[in-house]
Amino acid sequence: MQGANNRWSLRALHLFVGALLPLSILAVWQYVTAAGMVNAILIPSPKSIAAEFGAMISSGELQRNLGISAWRAMLGFLLGGGLGLAAGLWVGFSIRTERLLDPSLQLLRTLPHLAVAPLFILWFGFGEMSKVLLIAKGAFFPLYVNTFLGVRSVDRNLFDVAKVLEFTRWQTITKLIIPASLPSIFLGIRLSIGISWLGLVVAELMGSSSGIGYIINDARSFSLTSVIFVGIIVFALVGKITDSIVKLLERRLLRWQNNLKGAGS
Amino acid sequence: MLEIEGLNKTFASPSGDVVALHQIRLQVEKGQFVTFIGPSGCGKSTLLKIVAGLDTAYQGSVKLNGKAIAGPGVEKGFIFQEPRLFPWLNVERNIAANRSLRDKEVCKQVDELIELVRLKGFEKAYPRELSGGMAQRVAIARALLRRPEVLLLDEPFGALDAFTRTHMQEVLLDIWENNKTTMLFVTHDLDEAVFLGQRVVIMNPRPGHIRNVIGIDLPYPRKRSGSSFQELRSRVLSEFEKVETPAIEIGAGI
Ligand SMILES: Nc1ncnc2c1ncn2[C@@H]1O[C@H](COP(=O)(O)OP(=O)(O)O)[C@@H](O)[C@H]1O
Ligand SMILES: [Mg+2]
Repeated sequence: MQGANNRWSLRALHLFVGALLPLSILAVWQYVTAAGMVNAILIPSPKSIAAEFGAMISSGELQRNLGISAWRAMLGFLLGGGLGLAAGLWVGFSIRTERLLDPSLQLLRTLPHLAVAPLFILWFGFGEMSKVLLIAKGAFFPLYVNTFLGVRSVDRNLFDVAKVLEFTRWQTITKLIIPASLPSIFLGIRLSIGISWLGLVVAELMGSSSGIGYIINDARSFSLTSVIFVGIIVFALVGKITDSIVKLLERRLLRWQNNLKGAGS
Repeated sequence: MLEIEGLNKTFASPSGDVVALHQIRLQVEKGQFVTFIGPSGCGKSTLLKIVAGLDTAYQGSVKLNGKAIAGPGVEKGFIFQEPRLFPWLNVERNIAANRSLRDKEVCKQVDELIELVRLKGFEKAYPRELSGGMAQRVAIARALLRRPEVLLLDEPFGALDAFTRTHMQEVLLDIWENNKTTMLFVTHDLDEAVFLGQRVVIMNPRPGHIRNVIGIDLPYPRKRSGSSFQELRSRVLSEFEKVETPAIEIGAGI
C-alpha cells in the first residue's frame, strides 16, 4: 500500500514538473498580451484563443472539419501504410525482390511532399483522391523501411528451430517473421501516422474547402490568428492522442518484450 | 537405428578447405544414450547438424531406420546450446509452437510435459522471466511434444552453473527412462559424458574424427562418487592424455 501511494504521489509530482514550463509560458503570454505589449493580431491572448475554441466547438465547425481531416488521414494512412507493410514484408523476404524494387523505392522516398503535390493535383484534381494519395505516399515509406529492417533482423537461429519443428512456409511467416519484426513494424506505424498528419496539412493547404488545414489556410487570408492557433493546437492534440493510442496497443502486444514490467519508473 | 558410414564433411573457406569430419563410422541402437566428447573444433556440432538434416552437404551415408536423412524434421529433435525459444510466446505456447493449444490432445500433452520437465506454475511465463535452466527445459519439452525418435543435444547444459547442470542431467535421465528416446548428447564435460552415456564417443580435431568409443556399463541412477564410476572416468580421461591438445575442460562439472 505504501508503495502504491508513493508511486501515485511520484506520478503526480512528475506531472506537475512537466506542466511547470507550459503553465508559466501561458501565464507570461496572457500577461504580455493583456497588457497590450504585443500586436494582438499577430499574437492573440490565450484567453481569446480559448474563446475561439469554444465558439468553434459550439458551432460544430471544429468537429465537422476535424472529422473530415481525420477521415482523409486515416484513408491515406491505411492505403499507404498497408502497401508499405506489404512491400516491406515482400522485399524483406526475398533478396531478389530487394534488388528489383528497393533502389526505385529509395529514390521515390526522397521526394518531398511539396514537390509532388502539384503533380498529384494536376493528375487527380482537387478532389479527395489527390489528398489521400499524397498522404498515402508519405505513410508508405516509414512502414516500408521499418518492416523491411524488422524482417531482415529476425534472429537467424530461430529459422533452424522452425525447420526442425517442421514449420510450413506460411507458419514461418506468421509465427516467426511477423511476430519477430513486430517491434520494428510498430515503430513504422507510429512514424507513418505522424507523416500522415504532415501530408494532410500539405494536402489541405494546397487547395481544399474543408478540413483543419483548410480552416488554418482560410483564417490566414482573413488574419484570424486565433483560429490559426486553434487549428495548430488541434493538430498537436490529435497527433499526441493517436500516438498514445498506438503506444498503448504496442505495450499490450509487445508485453513479452518489456523488461521492466511493474518495476517502478 | 541410426547408421553413419564413411561420413566426410569439408567446409570451403577462403583460407583453404577445413575438414570438419573425417571417415565417421558409428551405429546407435534405438533407445541408446550416447555422449560425444572432444575439444572444440572437432566437429561435434557439425555431426549433430548432419544427423538433424540441417546440413545436407556431406559425403557418406547417414541413415535413420534404413532411410537416408533428407532434411530436418520433428522425428529428430534438436536442443541447441541456447534454448532458442520464441520470446513472444509464453511457456505453454512455446512448447506448442506451430501446434494449436485449442486442440485438446495437444493441450493435454503440453500439460504433461510441463509436469515432466518440472515447470508447473510457469505455463504463462515469458522466456525473459525464466532462468537459463528453465528455458532449456522448455526447449526440451518443445522437442518432446513431437515425439522424436532421436534427440540431438548440442552442449545443452554448457551455459548453466554446475548445480543447475546436475539437476538438468537428472531431469534428462528421467525423460530418457520414460520415453526411451535415442539420445545423442554432445558435451565438453567429462563427468557429464560418463554420468549420462551408455557409450562415450571420444572425438579429436584436425581433422575431426572418432578416436575411441568407450562403453559405460553402469546401472542408472549412477553415483559419481562410486569407485566404478571413477574408474571409467579415469579410463576416458587417459584417452585424452594421449592427445597433445589439452584444450578440454577436465572435470568442469564437479
Ligand atoms: N559454417 C562453417 N564454415 C566454415 N567452417 C566451419 C563452419 N562450421 C564449422 N566449421 C569448422 O568445422 C570445424 C568443426 O566445427 P564444429 O562442428 O562447430 O566443432 P565443435 O562443435 O566440436 O566445436 C571447425 O574447425 C570449424 O571451424
Ligand atoms: Mg559446437
